[in-house]
Amino acid sequence: MTGDEIWGVVKILLKYLLPTLKIFGFTLLYSVPLGMIVALLKMCRFKPIKWLTSLYILIMRGTPLMLQVIVAYFAVPMLKRSEAMPSLLHKLLEAVNIQADSYLFNTVLVAFVLNYAAYFAEIFRGGIESIPKGQYEAAAALGFSKRQTFFRIILPQVIKRVVPASSNEVITLVKDTSLANVVAYAEITMKARQQMQNFSSLTPLFIAGAFYFVLATVLTVIFSFIEKKLDYYK
Amino acid sequence: MASMLEVKNLSKNFDDLSVLKDISFSVNKGDVIAVIGPSGSGKSTLLRCINQLEKASGGEVLVCGKTMFSTDENGKVVYAPAADLREIRLKIGLVFQNFNLFPHFSVLRNITEAPVRVLKKSREEATETARGLLKKMGLESKENAYPCELSGGQQQRVSIARAMALSPEILFFDEPTSALDPELTGEILKVIRQLAADGMTMVIVTHEMEFARDVADRVIFMEHGVIVEEGAPQQLFGAQASERTKQFLQRFNSGKEPQD
Repeated sequence: MTGDEIWGVVKILLKYLLPTLKIFGFTLLYSVPLGMIVALLKMCRFKPIKWLTSLYILIMRGTPLMLQVIVAYFAVPMLKRSEAMPSLLHKLLEAVNIQADSYLFNTVLVAFVLNYAAYFAEIFRGGIESIPKGQYEAAAALGFSKRQTFFRIILPQVIKRVVPASSNEVITLVKDTSLANVVAYAEITMKARQQMQNFSSLTPLFIAGAFYFVLATVLTVIFSFIEKKLDYYK
Repeated sequence: MASMLEVKNLSKNFDDLSVLKDISFSVNKGDVIAVIGPSGSGKSTLLRCINQLEKASGGEVLVCGKTMFSTDENGKVVYAPAADLREIRLKIGLVFQNFNLFPHFSVLRNITEAPVRVLKKSREEATETARGLLKKMGLESKENAYPCELSGGQQQRVSIARAMALSPEILFFDEPTSALDPELTGEILKVIRQLAADGMTMVIVTHEMEFARDVADRVIFMEHGVIVEEGAPQQLFGAQASERTKQFLQRFNSGKEPQD
């Protein structure tokens, strides 16, 4: 490939950086709070909720994300065709417009959010459970409400403890966005493959690799900065 | 003499295990009461029941004349409404064996957070109170430090200041020196002595027998979840003490000797 051709590929991939980052950003935006809720549900003392949450996490972590993306994409059109649907669910499905421009992105996002929320939930649960009981007792003895105790005393300490494990997930997520190409979501990996075929050259793939590498490196730097920021106490 | 704390027939079971049986005592304003006894005798559980960290299984507790819980004719423990419990809780300060300071807050914030969030005081007022308390604890230079930067003795003094910042009517100490090196124990005992001189009402669970004898107005000796003996320190540490108390103190002293 000539220099101009390489520059051309870089420009194309740069254009598809946005769809990649869209998956990445929105997945984080929704899966982190959802993961916190799932973590709290899994610690719920009401057993059925605990079991259901465990089952959800088991399935999400026990099956490939790529498969989940495919299921999310085909679930609505397939179910729509099925006869034996309860009418309520059928109405719900009717409300989903599979022709809409946003349909592809939304289904990919749903799969990513549900998958990543499960991983984050386990990280957060570990973090919450690692806070000594004495912290809750001291807060209670000082008259803090349950809400105040969680948000002012427990959560800040949990955040510090979960940052290292979360950074792993976030870096993995950047690379996992490439799985969206399995349902023809146009992002970097998909475009790089097309360019590879155009030019019969591996170079576009290496360029795509460099994109992910730079993103992962930037995230690594950001996370080590956050870890340092939180290092003011032990 | 106003009664600050009234404990009547308090009992506590963990499943089948009876940890407290029929505990009754009262604390008047200005009293300093030391609770002594072997490990596992229920001393800490007693404090925790009165502090609402454990649910009692029976009996009645009144704090400053307000019923915290009582037992109905069916033997069911009935607690006061949540709002009352909250109010009662703030009348009792608790100092833990392991300090339990909030590691993510500075020393100052550890002390001011509850007055600001719970009592809704202004940050300025809370800070002023906190600085006064830190001065009293000899820690005025440490207000911006974090708990991990302090020695155990300093941490425990901060936790005393933190409890005092809510102006409790009674202060409970749950083995305040047990997590400390012997040389750091002295600084905590000095602070407690100072509080006693200021007229603070206190209940102190402790293994420091000499300190208990010195500072307490009354000593309660507990074993197997019951109060074996209660009285003036001269009585419990003197010749008239019950056989069981004497035995405990003797064994305690002989066990201590190799360390001294």
